[in-house]
Amino acid sequence: MTEGNRIFRIGTGAGFAADRLDAAVDLAHRGKLDVMVLECLGERTVAFAHRDRLADPRRGYNHLLDRRMRALLPVCHASGTTIITNMGAANPRAAAERTREIARELGISGLRIACIEGDDVSGLLSPDQPFMDEPGTIAAIERHIVGMNAYLGADAIIPALDAGADVVIGGRLADPSMYLAPLMSRFGWKNSDVAALAAGTLVGHLMECGMQITGGYFADPGIKDVPDLARCGYPIAEVSADGSAVITKLPATGGFVTAATVKEQLLYEVHDPAKYLTPDVTADFSHVEIEDHGNDRVRVSSAAGRPRPEHLKVTVGFDAGVLAEAGVSYAGPSAGARGRLAAQIVESRLKITHGLKSDIRIDLIGVSSLFATAGKANTDSEDVRLRVAIRTTSREDAELLLWEVESLLCCGPAGGGGFRGVITPAIMTKSVLINRTIVHPTFEMFET
Amino acid sequence: MNPIRRNERSLVRDIAHARAGDKGNTSNVNVWVYDPADFALLKRNLTVERIKREFPRLMRGAVTRYEIEHLHGLNFVMRDALEGGVNASLNLDSHGKSWSYLILGLKLDEKS
Repeated sequence: MTEGNRIFRIGTGAGFAADRLDAAVDLAHRGKLDVMVLECLGERTVAFAHRDRLADPRRGYNHLLDRRMRALLPVCHASGTTIITNMGAANPRAAAERTREIARELGISGLRIACIEGDDVSGLLSPDQPFMDEPGTIAAIERHIVGMNAYLGADAIIPALDAGADVVIGGRLADPSMYLAPLMSRFGWKNSDVAALAAGTLVGHLMECGMQITGGYFADPGIKDVPDLARCGYPIAEVSADGSAVITKLPATGGFVTAATVKEQLLYEVHDPAKYLTPDVTADFSHVEIEDHGNDRVRVSSAAGRPRPEHLKVTVGFDAGVLAEAGVSYAGPSAGARGRLAAQIVESRLKITHGLKSDIRIDLIGVSSLFATAGKANTDSEDVRLRVAIRTTSREDAELLLWEVESLLCCGPAGGGGFRGVITPAIMTKSVLINRTIVHPTFEMFET
Repeated sequence: MNPIRRNERSLVRDIAHARAGDKGNTSNVNVWVYDPADFALLKRNLTVERIKREFPRLMRGAVTRYEIEHLHGLNFVMRDALEGGVNASLNLDSHGKSWSYLILGLKLDEKS
């Protein structure tokens, strides 16, 4: 740690599966970090990863693991920065083994890579298990289950850190827990120190989406201008022993950290601000203080907390067939009228000619699409795109949709062009609760 | 930030900024005023009743408004407001990421 062991520096090097890498390498080089967290797993990402693993037992981890590790391992090893990541997705063991191979290829010796397992609870849950936040049970879904993963907390990560891991790779590690664990380990916070745990969870919550706190996902030209977003920097948290922190970023990077960027992230995907549940603590963000010190330095403090929940949340992924989407564009005078005619033709063909029973979504992008159900439309556009979509378990129906939309090129209104169609596998996820006493995370160290 | 002059304000966007997130079929949008002096105006303009009234086909479930008084922000939690959510929605934006601009696009009534 820097400054006589008083400040612990954590950086984010990825805030989602497809996040940028070059800014992470820059942060690893110049950030003087104790820990870099790579958060790469969404609710559904893990379910898709299970499908990858079923297809090939050596896969099922993040597709960008090779690229991220090749770029970051040498720098983090040289600077003594510990990497903590959930890139293991549905196969942390394969991810750890692959990371060891990469480290060896790079000539890094003495690297300790901890693989955390135990989040896969598919053998532990009853089919009669009710859903957490809606009616129904697992069995009642009657679809193929692709995976069940419990959100593991800081207590699953700390033993690996205490054993001297340089890299910690898990699967469904809860996002804020990856930040809280090294703070608990370094500052000696116990499970009973709920205020400190809440403070560390606040740091994790603010940091876990990467650039969403340094100016990413914020710009609105003319009213919220952000400098040099093309070279936006990842965030750094300088955390004190009481859990209060300064959120900042490297000099000479794009973006900014202000009270406003911190506020938008504070309640991102939060419902009741006084009751943010994680595996580690029930955090209360409703009295958080945000002080903008200028120069991309914002201090956050005053998170409160109550003890952690008795249960862990489990994401259950089900096979949901495919999403089929296809489109054709119209431009120039009467583009909207020709697009509407195309929509009528496709609807008639799919429903009447072919008797398709699925819900069909037909949008006119440029006139009304994202906000169609909200009832908003812009009728004077001269550049519109017909978009047709269905969800189905029938491959044949999916292909039929693409075929019918493409047929508009010769059989539809004048001047249609730019057909594209795509069929993507779909996953449905549901949440259930599991008693934490029956979930037993473990770690194994892989060394080079 | 916020160069909009007082006599040119017509939308919620002119006094506030927002971010949307999703959990299943529940959307949440947090909304913050640029100038604390506008917080009372924001609260009068963005009521639960108005959100439900403006988008009746979209807002199919309960809407809850949380107030963060000292930071001058509101958090709207809208159940069953994502056309099924990312698991089921046929909306191109199946996460409802753009819902922040549904709220910011509402007309601002300065005299409310």
